[in-house]
Amino acid sequence: MGLSVEHISHDWGKKRALDDVSFHVAYGEFCALLGPNGAGKSTLFALLTGLVSPRQGRIEIAGSDIATAPRAALSRMGVVFQQQTLDLDLTVWRNMLYFAGLHGIVGKAARVASQEALERLGMVERAKERARDLNGGHRRRLEIARALMHQPEVLLLDEPTVGLDAASRKSLTDHVHSLAQDTKLSVLWATHLTDEVYAGDRLVVLHRGAVLENGYAQETSSDLTDRFLSLTGEAA
Amino acid sequence: MNNALTALIAICQRELLRFFGQRARMLAALVRPLIWLLVFAAGFRAALGLSITPPYETYITYESYIVPGLCGMILLFNGMQSSLSLVMDREMGTMRLLLTAPVPRWWLLSCKLIAGAVISVLQAYVFLAVCAMYGITFAPVSYILALPALFLTALMLGALGIALSSTVKQLENFAGVMNFVIFPMFFLSSALYPLWKMAEASALLRDICLVNPFTHGVEMIRFALYQKVDWINWAVTLVALAVFLGLALWGYNPAKRLISRKV
Repeated sequence: MGLSVEHISHDWGKKRALDDVSFHVAYGEFCALLGPNGAGKSTLFALLTGLVSPRQGRIEIAGSDIATAPRAALSRMGVVFQQQTLDLDLTVWRNMLYFAGLHGIVGKAARVASQEALERLGMVERAKERARDLNGGHRRRLEIARALMHQPEVLLLDEPTVGLDAASRKSLTDHVHSLAQDTKLSVLWATHLTDEVYAGDRLVVLHRGAVLENGYAQETSSDLTDRFLSLTGEAA
Repeated sequence: MNNALTALIAICQRELLRFFGQRARMLAALVRPLIWLLVFAAGFRAALGLSITPPYETYITYESYIVPGLCGMILLFNGMQSSLSLVMDREMGTMRLLLTAPVPRWWLLSCKLIAGAVISVLQAYVFLAVCAMYGITFAPVSYILALPALFLTALMLGALGIALSSTVKQLENFAGVMNFVIFPMFFLSSALYPLWKMAEASALLRDICLVNPFTHGVEMIRFALYQKVDWINWAVTLVALAVFLGLALWGYNPAKRLISRKV
């Protein structure tokens, strides 16, 4: 199992942000974590990435517990946060090498891994540009390329298409879907947009910190939108 | 090469690239002490008489006296600026990248501290080179002997900056905190006047200067530039580094601002 979340609950002060959340993402599976704003997606990401320690429940990344073996878990995980994490003053290439160094990849191995990751995301020709000069879509591509550089087994993306135009959004969503299929990567894609969920994707609907549905998306996008609205509307 | 070392190299490289990409920062770091050296020192030279006290074995000019203090000034300002970059990283999101690296958090913080100290020391050497062009020179070996003193002082001041930044919730507040630390620390030290001169004005002022760890950092640099060692200065600076680093590691919760905004 790529990602395993079991009975996770978390409170911010007196406010319950997550309530007994459980789901699993197998290798090669694209899991859409669908939830409206304030559903608890970002809190769940903070727990999944070890930024905050879970007080209740257990999270395993490629078999490593994030609470007891954080370094093993983090080394098998690639993350794209909702907020951009690029160093805008550095070039694309330097951003890649910086990340490589943080993950213990140096020298020729770092250069080869950077080159391959940029090639995969169609960013090679932009390697010498400063991150500041890239448009939103390319910045996201760079972040995904970077997150894949150390060949993780699990890829977490928190609303990665925020601020992108429709064409970039579609292209990015397609690309990550095929990545999951081709490389047997476990992908957790948090979003509030139903058109980013494809038929056959694993679907976890989160609302007010609780899992309302955990299964597979079978419907077309418009049907899913209706069901999502009715689910979250009923729960509200 | 293990992850801890590669992370240290990566963080140092990033900070150096950023530093060399910001020419104005280098210029600002040099202009400040140079104004003291070229403008203020010229005026104070006539007003202040300097007696022969260790490490000096002969009379020296006031310009020569304040060079170690101005090196300390560079380290002090850059130490605070490096911790400001930590607050910036937290605000801008790049801190998340660091925190999701498979390296212990205490080591990541130490890497940031070391990277900041390396940049501080580089600036101090550029300043010493400018001083040499101005005619204030030291024995060649002194420049090498000053390296550990400069580096230790830079680490101590950087650790203080990180400890302070851990108490700051917003970037805007940090500038205020820096002013309350930088100026008293600089003026209440031996950077501009020898301690015996301070004692002439007020014994209390001299005592305050004596407990200021910046004084000991500056004296350590001064002694090193004259190929001498005063172990008390080294001991006080090392203890101050240990205390500030302990406070920084204890108080620094890098995820604090990343998460609190979600509440």
